[in-house]
Amino acid sequence: MTPVLEVTGLTMDFGGIRALDRLDLRVNPGEIVALIGPNGAGKTTFFNCLTGLYRPTAGDLLLTPPDGGTRRLNGLKPNHVTMQGLARTFQNIRLFPNMTVLENVMIGRHCRTRARVLGAIFRDRRTRQEEREIVALSVSILKELGLGDMINEFAKNLPYGAQRRLEIARALATDPLVLLLDEPAAGMNPQETRELDELIRRIRDKGLSILLIEHDMKLVMSLSDYIFVMDYGKKIAEGTPEEIRTNPAVIKAYLGEDMDDA
Amino acid sequence: MISLKDIGKACIIALWFVALTFPLMVIKVNPIDRIIIWRWHNMLWVGLGSFLCYLAGRAWLMRREIRLRRIRQGLEAELPQRTPLSRRIIQDPVIHRPLLAAGALFFLIFPLLFSTYQTNIMITALMYVVLGLGLNIVVGVAGLLDLGYVAFYAVGAYAYALLNLHFGLGFWTVLPIGGLLAATFGILLGFPVLRLRGDYLAIVTLGFGEIIRLILENWNEFSHGPSGISNIPRPGFFGIQMSLDHSITYLYYLMIAMVVFTIFVVNRLQNSRIGRAWFALREDEIACQAMGIDKTRTKLTAFALGAFWAGMVGVIFAAKTTFVNPASFTFLESAIILCIVVLGGMGSIVGVIIAALVLILLPEYLRAFSEYRMLVFGAVLVIMMVFRPQGIIANIRKTYRIGID
Repeated sequence: MTPVLEVTGLTMDFGGIRALDRLDLRVNPGEIVALIGPNGAGKTTFFNCLTGLYRPTAGDLLLTPPDGGTRRLNGLKPNHVTMQGLARTFQNIRLFPNMTVLENVMIGRHCRTRARVLGAIFRDRRTRQEEREIVALSVSILKELGLGDMINEFAKNLPYGAQRRLEIARALATDPLVLLLDEPAAGMNPQETRELDELIRRIRDKGLSILLIEHDMKLVMSLSDYIFVMDYGKKIAEGTPEEIRTNPAVIKAYLGEDMDDA
Repeated sequence: MISLKDIGKACIIALWFVALTFPLMVIKVNPIDRIIIWRWHNMLWVGLGSFLCYLAGRAWLMRREIRLRRIRQGLEAELPQRTPLSRRIIQDPVIHRPLLAAGALFFLIFPLLFSTYQTNIMITALMYVVLGLGLNIVVGVAGLLDLGYVAFYAVGAYAYALLNLHFGLGFWTVLPIGGLLAATFGILLGFPVLRLRGDYLAIVTLGFGEIIRLILENWNEFSHGPSGISNIPRPGFFGIQMSLDHSITYLYYLMIAMVVFTIFVVNRLQNSRIGRAWFALREDEIACQAMGIDKTRTKLTAFALGAFWAGMVGVIFAAKTTFVNPASFTFLESAIILCIVVLGGMGSIVGVIIAALVLILLPEYLRAFSEYRMLVFGAVLVIMMVFRPQGIIANIRKTYRIGID
């Protein structure tokens, strides 16, 4: 099976500091893949390279849609990466706080729609039609994520868990092939985390592939089909949850060396 | 409720205001008789006034604080969220329809009710309404702080002056040309500042505004330098000769049409795919890009469409005064237009219109206070920003009603 997202030899230098060191990673279609590692391992840097916010020093980012035709993502601007089918959420929520919930999701449709200045002014039939479709689709996504009854609220007035879900809704509105989630469970209570677990599975069942960074090990172990572990910018392990649980390198990275002697 | 400490503080503030306004309010030099008139009674009024104002403001703040604390402690039930009056006026058709009709009627018969002088002032105010709505696209909606907006205004004005001088083009031909030319300049300014944000952007745009003014001032062969260009024809109406009074009335209605046109276009733009992208850009640039919005294109359209209105109003300005020179396009103009946007409420069309009318008409009608009018004007700005930082009317987002299915 061709992986939908394939990263080979990804390297990112900031001046003399090597934040990512020849990283390889694969996401197969319909898989939930987790990227874990201690704080400062370079996970978010990896996401930023992937989505075009940083320009990687070396390496290849390849995206293959189901109909074939692999595309290289390196060096593309963030908006073009999104257009190719990679959508992300942010570790520290980055919604548009003074826009309504619905508008936040409608922004996600921007790259899939075409209305220009003249269309906006004259509101010709095509523009009106497009606008109706944007609203309808955005509402259906919001309803699916349980945000249907707060579409006219300002995003900043939502409770924390709902803001996290809204970020996912906004990313889904861009019609991605791969959804990148940066610590989606951060700051959530156990109940919310359980709901998130179900939500991510539901999204996967619709045919999307998911790559997530997460610190909540219970969530990672229950959700993931495959796990990559990084530390100090390097990949130190990969495998199924069972393999990772017992991998000595992973235990060392998380707990430090020679716990028994301490 | 008000402690001794507050009274002490009020005294200090009163003294400070007295010292601050001393040269202006107390000393009056009569250069003819070469004497100084000391108006000590003014000092008393300033001192007493600021003392009482401070105490009143303090009492109001304290009362609010106490109520908030009681609500937090659960001693007092939270008052049901009242919709602010400004929002009720806009959203309730029963209130806003008659208001709108009355306003429209007032503006339609304005030249019949008032003198030519008043009409002239109103034309100026309406020009600033359009300028404010134009800058609102750039600053209020897209969040790009532009301190050189007057440059586009100058481009429009000189476009008409020069095209008329050299090629004899008429007002109606140049009106769209001036707008498009200013939009082009907007894009030209936009390119180098694409990566800049906030303070840095403000400084570069400020520089851009000054560059345009200095070019107009110093390039004599091109713009006739500081002496400007005169004898610019007023707008024509199918070649009919009009008296001065009539042409002012004509210009007034033209300006009304222009304002209506601007409101229509700007409103539609704001509630479109592009308008949403502008708002998103203001809210969070990185998230905006990550959601697939082309930052470059979005910023450039904001600059171009903002500048477009300044260019059009520039043409009208040249036609109204029949004379342009660089002195009309100083930084102060940019600052006033920016004040209109901030005071009105970033991104709010109704707010900007009200603010433009207030800011331009207020100094005119404050002439009764003659030398203090700028002082009052400044005080109004300060008080507004302290007590209502979101502007006269905060931007209201469009709400959608979705049928239950």
